Amino acid sequence: MSAILQVRGLRKAYANGFEALKGVDLDIEEGEIIALLGPNGAGKTTLISTICGITTATSGNVTVGGHDIETDFRAARSMIGLVPQEINLEPFETVVNTVRFSRGLFGLPRKDKIVETVLRQLSLWDKKDNQVKELSGGMKRRVLIAKALAHEPRVLFLDEPTAGVDVELRKDMWDIVATLKQSGVTIILTTHYIEEAEAIADRVGVINKGELLLVEDKTALMARMGKKELAVQITAPIDTIPELLASYDLTLSENGKTLTYTYDTRAERTGITSLLSAMSEAGLQLSDVETRQSSLEEIFVGLVHDGKDAA
Amino acid sequence: MNWAAIRSIYLYEMSRFFRTLLQSFVSPVISTSLYFVVFGAAIGSRIDQVEGVSYGAFIVPGLVMLTVMTQAISNASFGIYFPKFIGTIYELLSAPINFLEIVIGYVGAAATKALFIGIIILITSFFFVDITIQHPLAMVAFLVLTCISFALLGFIIGIWAKNFEQLQLVPLLIVTPLVFLGGSFYSISMLPPFWQGVSMFNPVVYLVSGFRWAFFGLSDVPVLASLGAIALFTGICVGVIGLIFKTGWRIRE
Ligand SMILES: Nc1ncnc2c1ncn2[C@@H]1O[C@H](COP(=O)(O)OP(=O)(O)OP(=O)(O)O)[C@@H](O)[C@H]1O
Ligand SMILES: [Mg+2]
Repeated sequence: MSAILQVRGLRKAYANGFEALKGVDLDIEEGEIIALLGPNGAGKTTLISTICGITTATSGNVTVGGHDIETDFRAARSMIGLVPQEINLEPFETVVNTVRFSRGLFGLPRKDKIVETVLRQLSLWDKKDNQVKELSGGMKRRVLIAKALAHEPRVLFLDEPTAGVDVELRKDMWDIVATLKQSGVTIILTTHYIEEAEAIADRVGVINKGELLLVEDKTALMARMGKKELAVQITAPIDTIPELLASYDLTLSENGKTLTYTYDTRAERTGITSLLSAMSEAGLQLSDVETRQSSLEEIFVGLVHDGKDAA
Repeated sequence: MNWAAIRSIYLYEMSRFFRTLLQSFVSPVISTSLYFVVFGAAIGSRIDQVEGVSYGAFIVPGLVMLTVMTQAISNASFGIYFPKFIGTIYELLSAPINFLEIVIGYVGAAATKALFIGIIILITSFFFVDITIQHPLAMVAFLVLTCISFALLGFIIGIWAKNFEQLQLVPLLIVTPLVFLGGSFYSISMLPPFWQGVSMFNPVVYLVSGFRWAFFGLSDVPVLASLGAIALFTGICVGVIGLIFKTGWRIRE
């Protein structure tokens, strides 16, 4: 299966000379959800803007459904829906009009049925005749999504769809994304929330300083990059880690009753067996043992941090 | 050409205009009436005729031009500046339309609005003075061309402007003086020779003169020169817009 979105060697230098994208390669398969993670200023919005035609690339090329975004921009853009990061809406326009306008801009005939479906899907139908300025922030964000969906795109870009959105609405947003995925839409979203990527994405990409550090299957990523922790409860508290255990990466909790061992699941030997026997050798009585998988967040912070060290 | 998209932009812009229809019409009608009171009645009573035409009637073409030019510029510049300002321009840039289609949609709507207002003013002036239009077709042609070319200029200003001050700067500092010094309220031949020479560098002189010729059959400059001037002016605007299109200047940076 060929990728629905193909990015090759994409570079973007802004007018002031700042290089926001330093050669990005990315393939996105039809029907998947990919989450792009990265700190502020990483280049997420720039990447999306360049693909969607808001800014022009300095070099490299992008195809959407096999159509080059420059030479065949009409076909390429017809497939794309864009939900920008900022809430850019005309305050005095009514919801239904602004959604209709978006559809019209794509040269499509006015179909009120489709507009209605989209508005209902986003729970905006009862607000259709309200002016945009009368809506809450979360509703406005949904209007942006409705506008992007009005021309029935195959690929949807969501630039931080849940920024500044409360927990409940964020769950709603995830449901919307899941429904869209079911209808076959490919979704590329950016987010600062690791749990969001963990909850809804199939694959995760990490961007930092204009470079795509990695793109991986979410579960594979966690398994590959994941560090595990082994927490060992001991019955009698201790003040210091016994000499015998000095060679292990251990930390002792404040109350002296928990020893935490961090190990790498990628390593050939985790060292758990020898650690446990060394513990009994040191005379420690174990009362409980627990392991914990590190979250994407820790992986992410680790990656970005390593990137900084290298720079 | 994505005509359906152009139509969408055009109708969307026009709907904004019709929503505020009353405002759009009331202010030009009031200001025109004031011009008639001040120039036509007060001053006009002391200048009885200009080249065989009563002063009140003489200023009608200039008055229509003055309003049409300023309206075309302000409508077009605001029309494209507004989406830039509130950020909705992302929609235009990410839609499967090219810059030419955007220009046609916005400039077309701005020119139409200016034309509407021009016609309203013309109708208003019929209540104040007697006028017969000698060359109605030429009159319409000059009016429409002026609406389009000044809407093009307005579009360029709207793209160029980075803030509201700049949006008003060009119309205020350049266009208004050119229009007032363009023979709207007087015949160029009334000026001393030196200023007549200077006036020949003012493009507005050609437009007003051609337009007035369509009404009364008299002009400051030959009609062909007027046509040439408006064609040249339109050509320059189209050229500049083409350049903006190619470079993405102030749009796709
Ligand atoms: N128009 C511009 N001109 C110059 N530099 C820009 C412009 N837009 C963005 N940048 C710079 O490019 C870099 C990437 O910005 P971008 O908006 O893509 O980041 P982001 O990953 O979306 O960040 P955030 O999470 O804060 O939205 C930043 O350093 C930013 O300052
Ligand atoms: Mg961003």
